[in-house]
Amino acid sequence: MSSIPIFADEAWRLPSRGRVGMLSLIIGESAIFTIFVVAYVYYIGRSAYGPTPRILEIPIFNTVCLLSSSLTIWLAERAIEHAFIRRFAAWWALTMLLGIVFLAGTAAEWRRLIFQDGLTISTNLFGTTFYSLVGLHATHVVVGLAMLSLVMLFTLLGRVNPGHAERIQVLSLYWHFVDAVWVVVFTVVYIVGR
Amino acid sequence: MADRILPISGTLHGAESRRGAALEWLHTWVVTVDHKKLGLLYVVYAIFFLLVAGAEAMAIRIQLAFPHNHFVSAETYNEFFTMHGTTMVFLVGMPILFGFANYLVPLMIGARDMAFPRLNAFSFWLTALGGLFLYFSFIGGFGLYGMGSAPDVGWFAYAPLTAKAFTPGHNTDYWALALIVSGFGTLGTAINIIATTLSMRCRGMTLFRMPLFVWLFLVVSGLTLVTITPLTAAQAMLLIDRYLGGHFFDAQAGGSPIVWIHFFWIFGHPEVYVLVLPAFAIANEIIPVFSRKAIFGYPAMVAASVGIGFVSLTVWAHHMFTVGMTAVGNSFFVLSTMVVGIPTGIKIFNWLATLWGGRIRFATPMLFSIGFLFQFLLAGLTGIMLSVAPWNWQLHNTYFVIAHFHYVLVGAIVFCIFAAIYYWYPKATGKMLSETLGKWHFWLFVIGFHITFDTMHFVGLLGMPRSIYTYEPDRGWNTLNLVISIGGFIQAIAVLIFAWNLIYSYVRGKEAGNDPWDAWTLEWSTPSPPPSYNFAVEPVVRSRRPLWDLKHPQDPDWKYER
Amino acid sequence: MTCGSRVRTYLSLLSKWARPGADPSLCIGSESAQGLPSTDGIANRDRKLSTMRSQRSGSSIRARLTCAFCALGSAFYASAQGPKAIPSILAPASTPANEIYGLSLFVLLITGSIFVVVAGLLAYATIRFRVRESDGLNEPPQVYGSTQVELAWTVIPVLIVVVLFLTTARIIFAVQNAPKPRSALDVTVVGHQFWWEFRYPSLGIVTANELHVPVSTKDDPRPTYLRLLSADVDHSFWVPQLGGKTDLIPNHPNEMWIDPQQPGLYLGQCAQFCGIEHAKMLIRIYADTPREFEAWVNKQQRAGAQDAWVAQGRRVLETEACMNCHTIVGTAAKGTFGPDLTHLASRATIAAGAAANTPANLRAWIHDPDTIKPGALMPAMQLSDEQNAELVAYLSTLH
Repeated sequence: MSSIPIFADEAWRLPSRGRVGMLSLIIGESAIFTIFVVAYVYYIGRSAYGPTPRILEIPIFNTVCLLSSSLTIWLAERAIEHAFIRRFAAWWALTMLLGIVFLAGTAAEWRRLIFQDGLTISTNLFGTTFYSLVGLHATHVVVGLAMLSLVMLFTLLGRVNPGHAERIQVLSLYWHFVDAVWVVVFTVVYIVGR
Repeated sequence: MADRILPISGTLHGAESRRGAALEWLHTWVVTVDHKKLGLLYVVYAIFFLLVAGAEAMAIRIQLAFPHNHFVSAETYNEFFTMHGTTMVFLVGMPILFGFANYLVPLMIGARDMAFPRLNAFSFWLTALGGLFLYFSFIGGFGLYGMGSAPDVGWFAYAPLTAKAFTPGHNTDYWALALIVSGFGTLGTAINIIATTLSMRCRGMTLFRMPLFVWLFLVVSGLTLVTITPLTAAQAMLLIDRYLGGHFFDAQAGGSPIVWIHFFWIFGHPEVYVLVLPAFAIANEIIPVFSRKAIFGYPAMVAASVGIGFVSLTVWAHHMFTVGMTAVGNSFFVLSTMVVGIPTGIKIFNWLATLWGGRIRFATPMLFSIGFLFQFLLAGLTGIMLSVAPWNWQLHNTYFVIAHFHYVLVGAIVFCIFAAIYYWYPKATGKMLSETLGKWHFWLFVIGFHITFDTMHFVGLLGMPRSIYTYEPDRGWNTLNLVISIGGFIQAIAVLIFAWNLIYSYVRGKEAGNDPWDAWTLEWSTPSPPPSYNFAVEPVVRSRRPLWDLKHPQDPDWKYER
Repeated sequence: MTCGSRVRTYLSLLSKWARPGADPSLCIGSESAQGLPSTDGIANRDRKLSTMRSQRSGSSIRARLTCAFCALGSAFYASAQGPKAIPSILAPASTPANEIYGLSLFVLLITGSIFVVVAGLLAYATIRFRVRESDGLNEPPQVYGSTQVELAWTVIPVLIVVVLFLTTARIIFAVQNAPKPRSALDVTVVGHQFWWEFRYPSLGIVTANELHVPVSTKDDPRPTYLRLLSADVDHSFWVPQLGGKTDLIPNHPNEMWIDPQQPGLYLGQCAQFCGIEHAKMLIRIYADTPREFEAWVNKQQRAGAQDAWVAQGRRVLETEACMNCHTIVGTAAKGTFGPDLTHLASRATIAAGAAANTPANLRAWIHDPDTIKPGALMPAMQLSDEQNAELVAYLSTLH
């Protein structure tokens, strides 16, 4: 490859820096989540006292909402690529709505756990690992929603055009990552851990 | 050289005072997003903390020069050795090495800046904030005389010593908070370097034509992504335990202190590779130029670097051989640790082969690089000794380990940092550092280094553990400790000579020109210092040594590279 | 087997090896049962060498070298017999420490050879390839790589790693998974900030900071198995002459064993930073002859002395706060936060080795522990001088 001279008109294509940057961030965040997941898995069944994962109810509705939001954001990406700004705005808003529903569902679940089952982060080892892991994920959803609302704001102000498609894709990468993490967290906490 | 705001702007505007010009100059530095300025900010910041942590080290050595000494109290000593380690790793090592990357990576790949200049600035200021948090701890709590609430739990902060029950004050909190904040800064810089390297190379610079310096920082940055983040996670867990009543490391609730130890070393071991790979990066640039030969075995060097990056993620429990893992567990980590020594050894051989048949010029950068080669060889060999788990059961937590890792951190990394500063200072400032002062610096430092750290191996073999503020006088460690401390003073003098050289040469140094060392990578094609836009025209390259091609048009590299 | 006879066997084996036409089966590898590392690779090479040698006459260089090595080796072993003032890992006095020491010599040999070769090449290169006046401005020939050379210096380190790893793994299993003989003595060690609690469950003894164990010989093996627990933070039990260190971690019991072969006092200290006075958490292990050990056990199993002439001091102990933390068998004191004091006067030191066990030191300690060990968890007892003196008089009778 280095013996072939590069001619001036030959294409010199490098990956987009936004995508590389976001993928790097995702790798770093994955490492943080991995540590919390490892702690969760290692501590399954080791609480010396207190409520066990049996009190958890599988959040099917929440999961469906969050995973569908990956679909809707993908549809939004396609819309802006093809310059359908209004359609883009619609799918984007739906994505946000699904995200908010997910958060609301999580909040409801936590309310029940805290006030009905008496499980808090300090109750026992299960409480600590559960709230840290699910909470860390929820925090990432909140940050994602904040970014999505910024884009929504700009869209409503008419400032978003098809030239921004790439940046939208980069942001969507983050949202897909958040969903992928939920698949892992869901499996570990609600299926394996119970 | 047109990017400096000269005080003339004051006189041109008439009413502008000198104070106004100075403020404007300061303002430029505070708001800059230029990778070169940020790189210099990192380096100056790191050198400041080098002096601070060095002072902490001198206090430690004065206390240990005599048994049952009373130079500092036990509490203060414990704070000093904790702060010395934490500062050197997070406020000196990481910043200065990422500072070099910041300055040089865009120049070496023919780019005009990093991929995300504003993220770059944000990362620097986060690191600075982390440093501020850490050192504020000295005046938090009981103030300076009582040494405040500086962390005193060791830089490794093992649970459950860090639990609220055993460390009720805020020491640990400053430690965790400072590192979480600066950790985000480091993460930002790593993301920046990866994006810059992958997305902003000039035409013709394929990945296999990048300078090895850039390759190594690509590996370092990738490694950082999965290294710093486990520490952030573990520290978050620690803070949850301390403030939200969590039980991650609470043995009575079923938690395990060993989980902290695992998580810490999952960070801690790759971290030392994050620190040492940049030293390799520097050596990879300096040794060829001063041997007047291309680096021997470029593809193997790339493969070895990537290999080290990956394998270093599998060796962490060699810090835990005494924790009580099974024989199988211990054996696995012995094997992985020895395996990581193979690509590392290969790199040493490649450097030797680069020297071989060359025409070696012993300017100060090369003196430090040869010192690096010798010391890194020894450090690697004591590392192999430490990887032998049964021997590790004796050597763990003794001064032998301290000697080993200071051999790497000072003997290899600091030597390469000095080499890098002597090598690239002319590029960054347009002035040459004094060779005379440089040679004084080198010889004093290398002598002091060996007096201290060679001796330290022996006092460890004679049974002296680490982290002790004093020792018994009848155990045969007295003279050795005194010798170690004396060597420390010699190194301190050498570093002061170096600091003086930096300042003096800035004012009175010889003009450097573009390319004082007759080197071959792209940064030497710009003026010294480079203009803010780096390159007027984006370079096009055909080989790994574009300037060699320009200087030897009849015999360019691209005819020979494989 | 005593050190002396082991040295003799070692010497005789080596001299057999050195003679031309030596029996290759009498290689160091067969000594693996005595804790020396297996060196089969070396044996094979020796077989070739010895056959070569037998074809030549009068070559005694190898024999001379071997004798020199023996002399060095025997010097090491001869000096590594009993307890030393310096707690050096180079003076092993117990099987685990011996195994480690033997392995370390082997590793040192390999790493030392690597160092000599590579550093030698480095020194040579920096001298031979210095730039000279005659070079002018010419660049030297540019060599970009060499597949053969690079392959060689990849394969050789891999082989070295294989050898090192196998040797190491053998010793790991030999020490960690050594079968526990029925005659082993069990001791439970509980690490505290900043002292050591020692319990002998089968003998009903509880003491602190100074451990007594029986000497273990080949004919009468009595290793001591230590079960390591922690009451608070991480500690590490380390007596270099007797074995490697093992950590004491809360909720994670560990086990280690020692078998000191010579009687005497072995020194060590805590080897995992455990807080402010980590530096003064010292260990004293007394390896006793069987008779000494039996005598010590008998004394320790008795209740605390009840001399009438120090009854006032005993009353001070029972009425002041002392009994909240300390136990003295035979009195009302049954506290467990601090060390058991039933036989305090039988110990050479107080405060985990921080001071000699003298009445003056005891008085100072009781008056204010921070004078001896600032940060120790025992509070200043706020006793009057008179009470202090009476108490110390009583404690001094607790043999």
